[in-house]
Amino acid sequence: MMAKPYFRTVYDVPREEYLAPGHGLCAGCTAGTIVKLLLKVAGPNTIVVNATGCVEVSTTPFPYTSWKVPWIHVAFENTAAVASGIESALKALKAKGMIDPAKRINIIALAGDGGTYDIGFQALSGMLERGHKVMYVLYDNEAYMNTGIQRSGGTPEYAWTTTTPVGKILKGKVQQKKPIAEIVAAHRIPYVATANPGYFADMMNKFKKGLEVEGPSFVHVLQPCTTGWKFDPRYGIVLARLATETALWINWQQEEGQFSVTVSVPRRKHVKHYFELQGRFSHLTEEDIEKIQKEVDLEVDRINKLVGRTVIGPLVE
Amino acid sequence: MTQEKLLGWKELPLGGAILEPGNSERRYTGDWRTFKPVILQDKCTRCLRCWIVCPEPAIYIIDEPYTTKSGRQFKFSVEVNYDYCKGCGMCVEECEPKAIDWIEEEK
Repeated sequence: MMAKPYFRTVYDVPREEYLAPGHGLCAGCTAGTIVKLLLKVAGPNTIVVNATGCVEVSTTPFPYTSWKVPWIHVAFENTAAVASGIESALKALKAKGMIDPAKRINIIALAGDGGTYDIGFQALSGMLERGHKVMYVLYDNEAYMNTGIQRSGGTPEYAWTTTTPVGKILKGKVQQKKPIAEIVAAHRIPYVATANPGYFADMMNKFKKGLEVEGPSFVHVLQPCTTGWKFDPRYGIVLARLATETALWINWQQEEGQFSVTVSVPRRKHVKHYFELQGRFSHLTEEDIEKIQKEVDLEVDRINKLVGRTVIGPLVE
Repeated sequence: MTQEKLLGWKELPLGGAILEPGNSERRYTGDWRTFKPVILQDKCTRCLRCWIVCPEPAIYIIDEPYTTKSGRQFKFSVEVNYDYCKGCGMCVEECEPKAIDWIEEEK
């Protein structure tokens, strides 16, 4: 049985802020929302290991920092490795009695899609295999936004980026998005989840769960990017919600091998509603959209079979 | 935004660490804005949706009782901190009772 969720309404959310304003994230960047809520869940006894990426660059322009918790910047490749090291060091310090053994210290590895899908993947896989008690949070804006919108393993098919341009021959990215959360789930770690900031309570409950489990956990968060996806800054959260309503992004979790969909969608929307708001998909024709819709339908069938009942309903509008 | 004088390399902490948590509060990003959100306190239902979505965070809860013109009483209010608000409009888009006005900034 599912336990009662920790965060149910907005009034359950703590008021303390551990992300200071004044950071340099773009206006309308949902990464700010995600990190802010992540830190509210984690609280002050937290160490954040941050890979190079948008959040790292814009929250710490020297000599300023927006973080009110201990924070370390590491390279793209070794986020998970450094987080593992910190976890082991804390274990040693506790064994030597230098810090109180009962003290709970959350270790969060925070990386973008480039630092997880592509460059940091072997370190992540190693951390999961060794079983360090670290929560790895992937904020997925579906390209290397920080360096100027280059494709990554997380970029979806047909999306425009500067390295997958749109012209007479190419129509954006040719390959599919890598199913990173499923690859991580295949490591048989205690907790894997996908979330998005459009459903903040669901996302925060997943962070809470990820910090509570003994062993590694992984939360994959969709992060609409106003600069790279080319939409009006005000639609960040709307797009996050639309991704789930169209079933392009399914909020699921796998807890001790139990797969469940946490946000069920009784009436599914057509994917065109999600695409029409974004400039990176503006080249898509009707046929392309129908092709993507068919792929989504197949994926929904697969998920419904996996869960054993209809969690994501039929296409309505 | 004012740039503070940087320390010399002999004065810097080891590793260039920043020892003051959250000191980006001294960077005022409010001048990025072209439009500004204004919360209409009488229309606001205190659902705190804007407070949740604000990525800055530039929306704060103020613990002051407020009575609306129609006589509804609230224990707290929500206010925008214009020193930091970048004017993205996410709060305006998310506001269910349409209690946030979107006004162009004047020079």
